[in-house]
Amino acid sequence: MIHAPKVSFRPGRKLTQRFPLLWTIVQRLLLSIVLLFAVSIVIFGGVEALPGDFATTYLGQSATPQAIANIRAELGIDRPITTRYFQWLGGVLTGDFGMSWANRNSVTEQIAQRLGNSLFLAFFAAIISVPLAVGLGMVAVLFRNRLPDRIINVASLAAISLPEFFVGYLLIMWFSVQTGIAVFPATVYEGMSFLDRLSAIALPTATLVLVVLAHMMRMTRAAIINVMSSPYIETAELKGLGGLRIIAKHAAPNALAPVINVVALNLAYLIVGVVVVEVVFVYPGMGQYMVDAVSVRDMPVVQACGFIFAAIYIFLNMTADILAIIANPRLRHPR
Amino acid sequence: MPELLSVRNLRIEATAYPPGEAPRDVTLVEGVSFDLEKGRVLGLIGESGAGKSTIGLAALAYGRGGVRITGGEVLLNGADILKLGRNGVREIRGSKVCYVAQSAAAAFNPALRLGEQVIEATLQHGIMSRAEAEERAIYLFRVLGLPDPETFGRRFPHQVSGGQLQRAMTAMALCPNPELIVFDEPTTALDVTTQIDVLAAIKHAIEQTKTAALYITHDLAVVAQVSDDIMVLRQGRTVEYGSVRQIIEAPRAEYTRALVNVRKRNREQAAEQSGSLLKVENVSARYPNGLNVLHDISLHVPEGQTLAIVGESGSGKSTLARVITGLLPPSEGHITFAGQPLTPALRNRSKDELRRIQLIHQMADTAMNPRQTVREIIGRPLTFYFGLRGAAKDARIRELLDQIEMGGGFMDRYPAELSGGQKQRVAIARALAAKPELILCDEPTSALDPLVAQGILDLLVRLQEETAVSYVFITHDIDIVRAIADSVAVMHQGRVVRSGPRSKVLSPPFDDYTDLLLKSVPEMEVGWLERVLETRRMESVGH
Repeated sequence: MIHAPKVSFRPGRKLTQRFPLLWTIVQRLLLSIVLLFAVSIVIFGGVEALPGDFATTYLGQSATPQAIANIRAELGIDRPITTRYFQWLGGVLTGDFGMSWANRNSVTEQIAQRLGNSLFLAFFAAIISVPLAVGLGMVAVLFRNRLPDRIINVASLAAISLPEFFVGYLLIMWFSVQTGIAVFPATVYEGMSFLDRLSAIALPTATLVLVVLAHMMRMTRAAIINVMSSPYIETAELKGLGGLRIIAKHAAPNALAPVINVVALNLAYLIVGVVVVEVVFVYPGMGQYMVDAVSVRDMPVVQACGFIFAAIYIFLNMTADILAIIANPRLRHPR
Repeated sequence: MPELLSVRNLRIEATAYPPGEAPRDVTLVEGVSFDLEKGRVLGLIGESGAGKSTIGLAALAYGRGGVRITGGEVLLNGADILKLGRNGVREIRGSKVCYVAQSAAAAFNPALRLGEQVIEATLQHGIMSRAEAEERAIYLFRVLGLPDPETFGRRFPHQVSGGQLQRAMTAMALCPNPELIVFDEPTTALDVTTQIDVLAAIKHAIEQTKTAALYITHDLAVVAQVSDDIMVLRQGRTVEYGSVRQIIEAPRAEYTRALVNVRKRNREQAAEQSGSLLKVENVSARYPNGLNVLHDISLHVPEGQTLAIVGESGSGKSTLARVITGLLPPSEGHITFAGQPLTPALRNRSKDELRRIQLIHQMADTAMNPRQTVREIIGRPLTFYFGLRGAAKDARIRELLDQIEMGGGFMDRYPAELSGGQKQRVAIARALAAKPELILCDEPTSALDPLVAQGILDLLVRLQEETAVSYVFITHDIDIVRAIADSVAVMHQGRVVRSGPRSKVLSPPFDDYTDLLLKSVPEMEVGWLERVLETRRMESVGH
């Protein structure tokens, strides 16, 4: 048990009590920053600990020790790890991820383009899947344990059970090979028009929607059903309200927090977890970039990708937490 | 005058799922009939399980959970609402018939503003325009005595008190101008001093709007204040049906007589005694968040006697029990037990200190492991404190079960197979198993029906005579104080405002708070509410 502090006067207390919402959000923000620092250490240390060496891979098995030492000195790998970590961290804080060992270009520039592509794909997958999932979840609750609910459930289970590369290849077979409606490969490049880009990403977007839809839909359904047993839902029913109004107006606002969380997790997945889909559709996103860098042991790129993925994850989860906090009327409107 | 609501031969069933047996249908209500004229109030009274809420909800053609209305008629203005179908029923609910739930705190949606919820049914049924509905809501807030009626609707449920929420719920029911309102225990969850205000507000509003009402409660004294007629129910059947005056003053059925007389117990007060078992001196306590909850409390409990701590919710009475048990060590002051200083924090207490002070909780349900049998529940302290095992332990468990008037047949039952009263008895046996010198009873009867509660109180008194155990009895009910206490401490806002032998504490001259508390307890007589309100008005004029 925690003992009460002996001093009852704390200067910060009044402010934090007057603005509990703001205070909770600030706490969450600070926590995210601490977390990001911890992650940067893990990423840097983890990549360092990986077996294999860039110089050996680059020069081949027959390289002389002198040539390897030269490359190591040139890239600065011979310096102590702490020095390199802080130098790297200083660069990261100013938006500089260093130079790629493989092609001697700026990592930041390369990533900017790749990340843009990834976000483009994720954005369209998200604006289709999130409203669809929440809507289907509500419909499933409305027709709970009846035919529409069963169909939605079985279909979503099927979608979640198929591996994403399999869904991807199925879509390619149907829409590109057999009917020729859609474009394959989904490669986008600079100078491509917006409409061309849209038509290029149609298939990968559809694949991603199918993959994340089921998870969000089922969580929405579960969260709302959980709320449906509350006494205030009975109150709404005894007011003679219609089923859809009860779900949308009375149940859904109270099911927001868990739904927001699962949506955030899926959004994060849409950006950082789509390596397989990118590879299947030959889409130049972050995932493929990182996989390529790993195979040639291009450490700055791997570290940069890892760090950005971690930052996106932390940012989305933090946003979800903050939104869930804001969704709580007790914090939004203190007594 | 034609009847507004006419219930004929109502029959309600549900499916029960007893543990380890096949599901079977049980009849909750059978053969209940009554008539209600416009502008009249019918009180439905009975213990939990009497079917009173189920009957009330049948007036909205609603069955809670798996409850089904399987027979009879519910005629509203002559038309059977049970034959209306989904949409027909929806049109009646929230427009012609409205419902006020027992716990307004749970029945209001926490995510929506009160005003929006109050006028929602009125708007959805197209009874008024938004402007008219808002105006009516403000009018109703005013009639019901809510603070700042103009802006009250902009608040969220968590921003107002329990008594205000209950009145807002009444406003919500009154808003569409219904012909009938079902009040389901609207004041049960409130403190007595709040209850009286809400009762007065409800009664006033019913008179103003000439709506009819079904008033459901387990408290005969409460229903006597608001009803014209009373129906006494037991196990889903009508015991007695008559006017308020007849039921209260000349009850015919044996069961009604028991209900009317249940409060009139008075225990002989033990002689004052200077030696004390438990002595609390100048104790203050605060929560980990720095909030001071107890201020300078001094009390003592004589050996073999009972100290009742009375107060409303938030008065600090349960916190005081937490301080005595060591769950919340005091920030100032000290406690002596049997002449020795008592270790402040629970985790530092010796096994013997733990054994000598036992606790009985308000909710026996949540204080027992549902996966343990009565044998395990009572046997645990026997093994822990006395190292009893095997046959010796079983013999002692049997002895304890006899002491609580249940018998060895209950050894292998699970808590779910026991009634509320039986569960509380098992909790008492578990406390007794440790052979304690002091038992802290935290509202052990407040969740029980009056007659069952009476049985528990009688048992506690008998056990005290047999074992000379002392009790600290925490309650909000003055009648229980009369039935069990030798000395009394009245608590208000974390302080003891009055303490001493019962005869002194409960006789005038009173301090303001004790006076208010005593006057707020409903009495079993017609017209009590009007009388109290009248004296209050006179006093406020006098001031």
